[in-house]
This record gives sequence, C-alpha cells and structure tokens, in this order.
Amino acid sequence: MSAVCIHGWGAVSPAGWGAGPLWEAIQGRRVIDPVPIPWPGRDGVFPVRKVPVPAVRAGALAHPRLRRASPISQFAVAAAMEALGAHQAIVTAPSFRLGIVCCIFTGCIAYSRRFYGEVLQDPSTASPMVFPETVFNAPSSHLGAVLGARAANYTLVGDEGEFLKGMALAAQWLAEGVVDGCLVVGAEEADPISCDAMGQVARGVVVGEGAGAVFMSLQPGAIELGAVTSPEAFMDRRGRLMALARTRRAWEGVAAPGSLLVGNDPAPAWGPWASPAGVLGEGLGAAGAWQAVAAAEALARGASPTPEVVVETAGSNEQVVAAVLRRTTPVLPTLLAGTIELDGACLLDLLPQSLPSQLHRPGLPGSMPS
Amino acid sequence: MLYQPGHAMGRRPARVAVTGIGMVSPLGIGKAPHEEGFRTGRSAFRRVTLFDTGRQRVHLAGEVDLPAALPATRLSPREAHRMDRSGRMVLLAAHEAWMQAGWEGVLREDERRVPLVLGTTSGGMELGQSYFRAALGQPPDRRGQVTRMMHYQPQRQALDVASALGLSGPITLVANACASGANAVGHAFQLVRSGRARRVIAGGYDALCHLVFAGFDSLQALSPTRCRPFDASRDGLMLGEGASVLCLEDLDDARARGAQVLGEIAGYGVATDVHHLTQPEPTGVAAWAAMEAACIDAGVGPADVGYVNAHGTGTPANDGAEARAIMRWAGSRAGSLPVSSTKAGIGHLLGAAGAVEVAACLMALAGQWLPPQQGGGDPDPACGFPLVREPAAHAFEWALSNSFGFGGANASVVIRRGS
Repeated sequence: MSAVCIHGWGAVSPAGWGAGPLWEAIQGRRVIDPVPIPWPGRDGVFPVRKVPVPAVRAGALAHPRLRRASPISQFAVAAAMEALGAHQAIVTAPSFRLGIVCCIFTGCIAYSRRFYGEVLQDPSTASPMVFPETVFNAPSSHLGAVLGARAANYTLVGDEGEFLKGMALAAQWLAEGVVDGCLVVGAEEADPISCDAMGQVARGVVVGEGAGAVFMSLQPGAIELGAVTSPEAFMDRRGRLMALARTRRAWEGVAAPGSLLVGNDPAPAWGPWASPAGVLGEGLGAAGAWQAVAAAEALARGASPTPEVVVETAGSNEQVVAAVLRRTTPVLPTLLAGTIELDGACLLDLLPQSLPSQLHRPGLPGSMPS
Repeated sequence: MLYQPGHAMGRRPARVAVTGIGMVSPLGIGKAPHEEGFRTGRSAFRRVTLFDTGRQRVHLAGEVDLPAALPATRLSPREAHRMDRSGRMVLLAAHEAWMQAGWEGVLREDERRVPLVLGTTSGGMELGQSYFRAALGQPPDRRGQVTRMMHYQPQRQALDVASALGLSGPITLVANACASGANAVGHAFQLVRSGRARRVIAGGYDALCHLVFAGFDSLQALSPTRCRPFDASRDGLMLGEGASVLCLEDLDDARARGAQVLGEIAGYGVATDVHHLTQPEPTGVAAWAAMEAACIDAGVGPADVGYVNAHGTGTPANDGAEARAIMRWAGSRAGSLPVSSTKAGIGHLLGAAGAVEVAACLMALAGQWLPPQQGGGDPDPACGFPLVREPAAHAFEWALSNSFGFGGANASVVIRRGS
C-alpha cells in the first residue's frame, strides 16, 4: 500500500493569514498581543488573540456562500485553499473525489450565542439567516461548496486532539479508495462565551482563533504521515497525565530517537522555537492543526534536526493523541536559501509529483455526474 | 495505532453483524415499544413541556419520558447524576445494546479498546443554554458553570458512555447535521469491515432544546399541523428526541461465540450536496448518489431492496428532492418498492435519526413487516412508489435507509436481514 503523504498545508492564526506568518511567529518567539473583546449585555472584557484583518482578502472568501458565514468558516476556507495551492485545479475537476474532514471544538459559537440571545428575547423573530450558520458542519459545508467537493465530508467534534484523529480518518479513506485526496482542517473562532468558559477551568488562558489545514493523498510527496497513535481518553487531570504517558510510550515505539517534539503545552519551547500555543494562544479546534502545520514547516525548511517530527496534542477535556510526520526527500537548496516565499503549496510546486486527474471510479461513494 | 501504513489491510473484508440494539425515542425506552410502535405506525407527539413555546407557531414535538434512574454501570452515582438529558438518552441506549450483545460477559478488561462512534447535532445544548443564561445574569451566576461547561460538549457524553461500559477505545463524534447518526453507523461499519476493529459501538443521539426548536421554526420548517412525509399538502417536519446505539462486530466472531445476529450492515454510501446550506438540490442528485453508492458497496440493486426507509422529513423541499432521487435510483422497480418515513410517528430526531431508522429497518427485517406512516392524503406527484400507509407483513431480505442533513450531508445505509 502506498504511504499517505502531506502535499500542502495552510494556516490562519493570530500571527496572520498563511503558514509563513505562523512559522515566523514561532521561530521569532513573537507572542501575539491579545486584544480585549466585550460581551454585549455584560460587564468586562475578555483578552483574545484575534486573527488580524487581512491586508488583501483571499479571492475564495468572495464566494457567495461566505457572505454571511461566521469567522470560523472563513478561516477554514482560507487555510484549506492555501493547503491546496496549485492543486486546486486538479481537485476541483468533476472526476476528482476530494474528501473533507473538518475538526472543531466549540465550532460556530459566535452565531450560536447570537441566535440564542435572539431566542431569549423573542423566538418568533429569531433570524433564519443566523440559525443555519450555528450548525457544527456549516464550515465544512461552505468549504465543500467553494471547492465543489461532492465526496465524503465529515465534521468531527472533539478537543484539541481531534485534528490528528482527522488525519487518521483521511488516511483511512485514502487507503480504502473512498476519496482520491483529502483536506483535513482544524478551525475555531474566539467568542466571549468560549473565553468565559475556558476561564472556568483554566484561569489565565488566552484563547486564540484561526485554522490550519493539510492536503493529503496517496501520491508520493515530500512529507509522509508515519503514524497516528490511538487516542488515550481521560476524564480528569490525573487521567490526563496517565494518557500522556501512554501516548509517549506509543510514539516512542515508532519515531526515531531524538525526533523533534511539537507539543501543545504553551510553556515549553520545542527545539529553539516557541510552542504554537505559547505565541498564538489556546487554539482549541485549531490547536492541533497549527502544531501539524508548524511541524510540516520545520521539515520542509530543514529546520528539524531529524527527518521525523512528532506532533503530540494533549487535549483539554477528552484525549491525548500524537502523530509522526516524516520527511521523505532531501530539503531543497532553494528552500534553505530562502529564495522563495515558502508555504506548503509552494513546496509542492517544486517537487516532482502530481496528482492524477483520472482516478474516478463510477459508482463509488462520492462519484457524481458532472 | 489509529493509523500506521499497512495496518489491518491484509485481512479479507468482513461481513458486519449487528448483535445489540438500544433504543430511546418518543415511542418509549427499549427495543420492545419500538417494535410495536414502528410496526403499527404509532404516533407519539405531544405539547412541548421542556421549554416555553408560547411565542412560537408550533407547540408539538416528540418528547421522551426518561426513567428516574439510570441502569447500574461503572459510573458512580455522582457521575450519573451530573449527566444531562442527551447523555442519559445515549447511555440508556448504549447500555441496552451492550447487554443484548452480551459483550459484558465476553470481553476481558484488556479487550475493551472498543471504538465508540456517535453522531449528534447539538450534544448537551440544554446545558449550553443554561450556561449562557447564568453568564448573562447581573451579576453573573458562577454556581454550576464548570459542570455545565464540561457536560454540554459532545465529547463528554461520549466519555460518559465509554466510562459507564468500561471502554477505552477511540471515540469519534460525527456532527454532520441530520445525517450524523447514519454516518456514525456507516463509519463503524467501515471500521469492522476493513479489519481496523473487530467490534464497534455506534449510534446517534439528540435531545430537544429551545435553540434548535426555535431555529427550525425560524426557517418555517416546522409543521403547524402534522408531519406528513411525501404528502402533496405536507407543510413541514416535527422535531423529536432520542438515541439509538448498535453493537457491530465481525459476523464470524458473532457466530463463533453463538451470539444472536439481529441483522447485518451491508453497505454505506455518502455524497455531498453543494447546492445550499439548508436546501437540497431539487433533483436530489446527491441523495441519489448516496443511495447508489451504498447499494454498490453492498453489492445489491433496486431489485434486491425490499423497503426504503426514507429520510422523509415532511418538508416540501426535502421530500420532493428525495422522491425524485428514489425514482431515479429505483428505475422500473419504483412502482412496486415500498417506501415510508418513520418520522411521521416520532418526528425528526436530528443526530439520532439515522441510527434510529437503521434500527427500525433491522426490526422490520427481523419481523418481516413494513413500518407504516399512518394517515396522510394524496401523495406528492413525484412519488411513483407506494407509500406504506398501513401495517403489513412483507417478505424481504434487504432494506435501505436514507439520512440527509443541513450542509448537504447525504448518507445511505444498506441493511440485511439476520441469518
């Protein structure tokens, strides 16, 4: 069986729109300043690491579906489009079965808060435009519509570890021929109610918002998915420590000794860099995705001292999961020289691989008449 | 490992048996009232008591009467007490399925890494609403907020089920709107068939809550009269609540241990409709694609399928598109293919619907009867198939269950009679 490879990645984070700004913030240990957001109808403000307003809005965000979509959908689409890069033309062909796995923690919380506020005021006038945007799978639906993706499309709910499970699900779909390529997205939007809720159990934690995405297929690529550990569930703090220990034992069995570890604890650095959570904030559903993007950047730039990077995500309230990413090709000198604007998609363009455009098998799930 | 290159791919595809069914719906708690209710087409709607509908157009829904106590499990009384309404429903269903499958006496402690796959649309939203109201109080009321915050999230209900049954396998929560329950069953089916798991617990759940009720009302999707799927004069859906959980395992394993095989999950297909966030593409092309894919997956065609349990919400848009999809998929078979929607009796159970309806098909196949949708007038002209209106015996081997949701999520499951 062919290995599952990561062909591109993208990110939206408090550091900016793109995987590049995310990497630069981590590399430069640039802690993003929080901004205060109010909760209308309530005293006080909540510090949040917000995604900055983009200097230039990505073209895909002009899609009609996104006109009134909440920020989480826009973050998810932007990160996914960056991950696809030049492959957009291939995956949007009618014959290509593009799978989508969208991983979220609190999901479309801003519109949910807004809609329920309207219900409490007067349910008979609550907005029919807002309600559909509260549904968990609204972001993945919008992403599917933007790309015309008619194959399998799942939204998975879980804590920060869900993104790595999403990568495992994508690998399963690819291995079983359900899809030809798969986007895995982790996304979250910050809202006063999620900040308030986080403050109940983790005082002082600053929520960050954004998304991360990877594009995977069975075609040869520069980075291979080496393994995803079985999630270790926990119910309390003691259980979390035990789950973390079991996860460590699991990935130590498959990763080379001395592999770089990208964790999600905000305090410790990884290698000479800051952790994603340390500079970007508690990303909830985006956290695991940011870690994976950072790991891919480290491998692609040759910044990792070893050809394997372990992404380990200890979630807030459900699970600990880890994934091993492996570089399969030597780092290209042009990348090391920094002569090009590097993001996942650019890297792809330099590699001798391409995705087949004729993988359509009539009648299989996701096959649709053009 | 959840994923490792080459893992579990050397095995032949397994046939997937259902050896346990757990049910909670407005028809009652447990399998027995559901067999009776689905076989007779009993209607179970009443005026909503869980929240105030006084300022809304619609006041009826399918509510569940939960028992005062939960069954004895590995949860402590305190843990059980903290569970929200939706968590109680899914635990009741999971416990019933687990006991029927007989896994409690079979699985050693080191064999309990059984995957749990659940579908939901709103998890413990009732607690989320309470959190919101308390947080906006003047001054904010912080008492109980930590518990509400922890328990409103779907992963908590899943963790509680796993903890109650002593499971330590991976948890997957699919939130594909109203197709979630079917996706959960389908995903579990794929795990067993591919050899990634020998046994899986799967299902769907959702409890009624004001936010969602008002949401469907805001879309004018709720019927102010009565849910009449595929009726020419249908005017909307009715909401319900509940849970259904199935125990799936390799058929050979089930036979080897002498378990009662209640039926098989034989095929699963999905397709995404990119037409609109809430409206189906009018010709039903994605619904057709999901049905087609599920049947190809199972190796059957319309001539083999003896009954279609339709998504059949009762909304003008859904039923029209679904009727056209069924007609396209069934072709010349359509004129003699029995179709009904069990939502006519229990309402739309959202994240639970797909799993409940697969379970209804399993019961119908086992008993060799068709689930009727009582009442109704002239059928929609797009329906070139017979709607099951009255209780009837029926000899059949295969059934197809459709589930479609917001966001264009379409899923179909093929179910086979137990042998």
